[in-house]
Amino acid sequence: MKHTLCEPYSKDIISEFQVGDTIYVSGTIYAARDAAHKKLQGMIEGGEALPFDLQNAIIYYAGPTPARPGYPIGSAGPTTSYRMDPYTPLLLDRGVLATVGKGPRGDEVIKSIQKNGSVYLAAIGGAAALIAQCVRSSEVVAFAELGTEAIRKLVVQDLPLIVAIDSRGESIYR
Amino acid sequence: MREIDVREITEAVKTLFIEANYHLCDDVKACIDQCAAREDTELARSVFNSMKKNIEIAEEGIFPVCQDTGMACVFMEIGQDVHFTGGRLYDAVNEGARQGCLEGYLRKTIVEDPFRRINTEDSTPADINIDIVDGDKVRLIVAPKGFGSENMSQIRMLTPGAGVSGAEDAIVEICRQAGGNPCPPMVVGVGIGGNFNKAALMAKKALLRPLGEHNEDPFYADMEQRLLERINALGTGPQGFGGKTTALGVNVIAAPTHIAGLPVAVNINCHVSRHKEVIL
Repeated sequence: MKHTLCEPYSKDIISEFQVGDTIYVSGTIYAARDAAHKKLQGMIEGGEALPFDLQNAIIYYAGPTPARPGYPIGSAGPTTSYRMDPYTPLLLDRGVLATVGKGPRGDEVIKSIQKNGSVYLAAIGGAAALIAQCVRSSEVVAFAELGTEAIRKLVVQDLPLIVAIDSRGESIYR
Repeated sequence: MREIDVREITEAVKTLFIEANYHLCDDVKACIDQCAAREDTELARSVFNSMKKNIEIAEEGIFPVCQDTGMACVFMEIGQDVHFTGGRLYDAVNEGARQGCLEGYLRKTIVEDPFRRINTEDSTPADINIDIVDGDKVRLIVAPKGFGSENMSQIRMLTPGAGVSGAEDAIVEICRQAGGNPCPPMVVGVGIGGNFNKAALMAKKALLRPLGEHNEDPFYADMEQRLLERINALGTGPQGFGGKTTALGVNVIAAPTHIAGLPVAVNINCHVSRHKEVIL
């Protein structure tokens, strides 16, 4: 099955997604990887205001290459997701709609996806130049000092993703 | 004695670091084409199609083939009749990596300490490996290495009783555990023998051999073939979504070892297997 996912995102829409479906996302996603997740966890635990609204947010595990002049971004493929597993249930419990990356997730994450009616989408690892073609704009919204690991607000159009773990906890990785 | 100005080394490292990140080697492209044709699910074929389109876009020179433009792994075979002039060789290599990172719009991918994790802002230092060989030439290879696959690499200190079957089982098991993490289909570099450090280095060097070329020793060429078949039979498939192609190739390097040991190191590379070289 092929679906489109456009704003406003909602859990109702993603509940229809099934493992193996192709999803074309158009709208805002937030790029964040290892270092940014660690900082977000610290902020949540410290009760601080977060740099973006987690409610129905899509988090993309990615750290792009520098943009050349005239381009919104450099290459921007997914990084390996399991490294973000320790932080993911915390974020899903606070309303994150979907996470996007590559590779399998741990059992705790799968349980949290099920519990929260979330979804885990896989981008094609290594297809970073192709994915960059879908990015319309990029803006650092937090932790600029982290460079490529800063949190970026990306606006994407028709970003092709595969449903790797659906809201029922079914996984494409056996 | 032949003199080589180290500025030549800087220039070559810079050029190769950039080139490797925009132009995937022909052997990898050909292998991806072959493997794509063998897949019989729509999903596996579509993953290969995305990979092929991605490689074509990267060739235009604007977007690197992967956002993980890698640790700059540099291998030099230096003829013993070469004398470097104009500065320190290691500094010259690092300067090449620095210039390549900045001029090539590569990602700043190295942190200066494993715990304090401050980015060096220019992808240095490079990982520099030097062998002294006969002659008065320098063979220089730059192989940017991503860490999605590096993190899936393992070493096992087996003992002689494990034999061929024990070693092969260990290699296949390491590839099974890697699963969908290293951006399969992967390239599997295997170092067998030597000691702890040598096995790991041989595994990395094995990744430099073009796909389709086999170990010159038929004993190890057969092992490579058996391993490739077993790894592909795991069914992990492109991106871990399932399919016939889990590995594009398996390259084995072996070396003399201790009477008590059988070290086996597996260095996994993603399908974006990058290496470019020049002879100076």
